[in-house]
Amino acid sequence: MKKSESELTWKDLEIGCIVTEPGSSREYRTGDWRSQKPTYNFTMCIKCGICQIYCPEGCIRQNIDGYFEANLFWCKGCGICRRECPTGVISMVDEEA
Amino acid sequence: MGKRVGIEVSLAIAEAAKMADVDVVAAYPITPQTHIVERLAELVANGDLDAEYIPVESEHSAMSACLGSSATGARTFTATAGQGLELMHEVLYVASAMRLPIIMAVANRALSSPLNVWGDQSDLMAVRDTGWIQIICENGQEAFDHTLCAFRIGEDQRVLLPVMIHVDGFYLTHVVEPIEFPTQDEVNRFLPPIKYPLPLNPDRPETMGGFTPPILYTEAKKAQEVNIRASKKIILEHWDEFGKAFGRYYHPVEKYRTEGAKTLLLTLGSFGETAMTAVDKMRNEGKEVGLLKLRLWRPFPFEELTEAVGNAQTLIVVDRALSFGGPGGPAYSEIRSALYSNKIRPNIVGFVGGLGGRDLTVTEFEGMVKRGLEITNTGAEKEYEMFGVKE
Repeated sequence: MKKSESELTWKDLEIGCIVTEPGSSREYRTGDWRSQKPTYNFTMCIKCGICQIYCPEGCIRQNIDGYFEANLFWCKGCGICRRECPTGVISMVDEEA
Repeated sequence: MGKRVGIEVSLAIAEAAKMADVDVVAAYPITPQTHIVERLAELVANGDLDAEYIPVESEHSAMSACLGSSATGARTFTATAGQGLELMHEVLYVASAMRLPIIMAVANRALSSPLNVWGDQSDLMAVRDTGWIQIICENGQEAFDHTLCAFRIGEDQRVLLPVMIHVDGFYLTHVVEPIEFPTQDEVNRFLPPIKYPLPLNPDRPETMGGFTPPILYTEAKKAQEVNIRASKKIILEHWDEFGKAFGRYYHPVEKYRTEGAKTLLLTLGSFGETAMTAVDKMRNEGKEVGLLKLRLWRPFPFEELTEAVGNAQTLIVVDRALSFGGPGGPAYSEIRSALYSNKIRPNIVGFVGGLGGRDLTVTEFEGMVKRGLEITNTGAEKEYEMFGVKE
C-alpha cells in the first residue's frame, strides 16, 4: 500500500474495495487493541513452544536465543500464553495509559 | 430482425439468459418465479445451453453461489421471488458492494404472513437499498429486452453492478404474450463477452469483501454511491444502443398521453398497461389525464421525473406495497421527496392497492383519478389511502 489507511480517500479504493496486494493484512497493527502485554522471565523457559501453538494471533516466534516471544505489533494481550505456559515464564502487565 | 412468437413470459426471460450465453445459473425454485429457472435447468440438461446449473438448498445459497461464480468472471444469472428474495437479503448487499454484475429476474410477489404467492411489490420495495440497479418491466417484451440488456449494463466496466429485473408475479410471469426475439447473431453483436477486471485467480491473489475498519468503511460506501449514481448515464447509453439495434427505446420514466395533462397517474410495472386503457377512456371523455410509468427504480431518475411531471397539477402515485406506519406507499414517499425541492410541483396523492394479487381494473384507475382529485380539491391532509379496501 502506497498510502496508509488513514490517508486513503474513496477515490483511492480499488473497485468493490478489493484488496489486490496479497498479505497486506500484516500491515494491520492489532497490537494497539492491547491493555496488557506479556513480559518474560526466560530463566524458567524450557523452549517447549506451547505458547506459540496456543497463541490465537500467531504472533509468537523464537528470538535469537531460541526463546519464544510475542511480536507486540500484533499481540492483542489476551494472556492465553501466560495461562498455558507450563513453567510460568510469562506475566501480563498493564500497558501504561 | 428475429421473429415474434407467443410464449410465456417466464420462458422468454429464460431465453434471454440463454441468448446471453450465461456461464452459471444458481437458483432455487419459488412461485411465481419457478418457470424461469426450471426452463434454464432444462436447457442445460438438454445441452442447449453450455452452463453450470447449480441447484442449491435455499435462496441464501443461490445468491452466495452467484457471488462466487461472478467473482471468477463468469456471466451469472439467477431468479427469485417474494420470500426467496428476502432470504437472499444480506447477500444482495455483498453482491453490489463487491461490484459483481449478477443479473437477477425477480417475479414480484407478496410477503407472508398471511401466506400469499400472488403479485405484489412488497419484495421489490424491501430490497430498495441493497445497491442493485433495479429496472421494472411492464410487459413480456420488456421483460425479455431488459433481461438481455441488463448483462450489457451490469458488465460495463464503468458500471460493474448487479441488476434486478422486476416482473410482476403471475401478471407477467405466467401469461403468454407475443414477444419478438432477436436472432443469436444480433444478440452476439449487441452483447460483448464479459470481462470482469479483477477475477479471482490463484496466480494473482486478491481479497474481496475483506474486513474494513471504521477508518475506511465510509470511503467504501461513498465510492459505491458515486458509482451507482454515475451508472444512470451509462444505463441510458445502453438503452439507446438497444433501441438502435432492436427498434425499441426505453426511458427511466415512460410517458403516456401526458401532453397537456393536468392530472397524472404514476404506476410501476404491469399495472401500467391497465392504466393506459383507463387513460384512453378518460381522454375520450375529454379529461386531461396522462400516465407516467417508472421504469428505473435504482438509480432513481430525479431529473427525468421532474421533466416528466412537468406542469401537471395533480400526481397520483399507485403503490403495490405498504410502508407500515410510514409515510404512505414506498414509491409515493420517494416521489414526494424527489419533487419536494422543486419550485413548481404538483399535489401528490398516494394510493396503495393491488396487494397480494388483487387486480386493479380500468374502472378502479378511473376511480383513483376521481378520488385523487377529490382529496386535492378538499385539501385533505391525508398521507395516502388504501384503495379498494373493504371497510
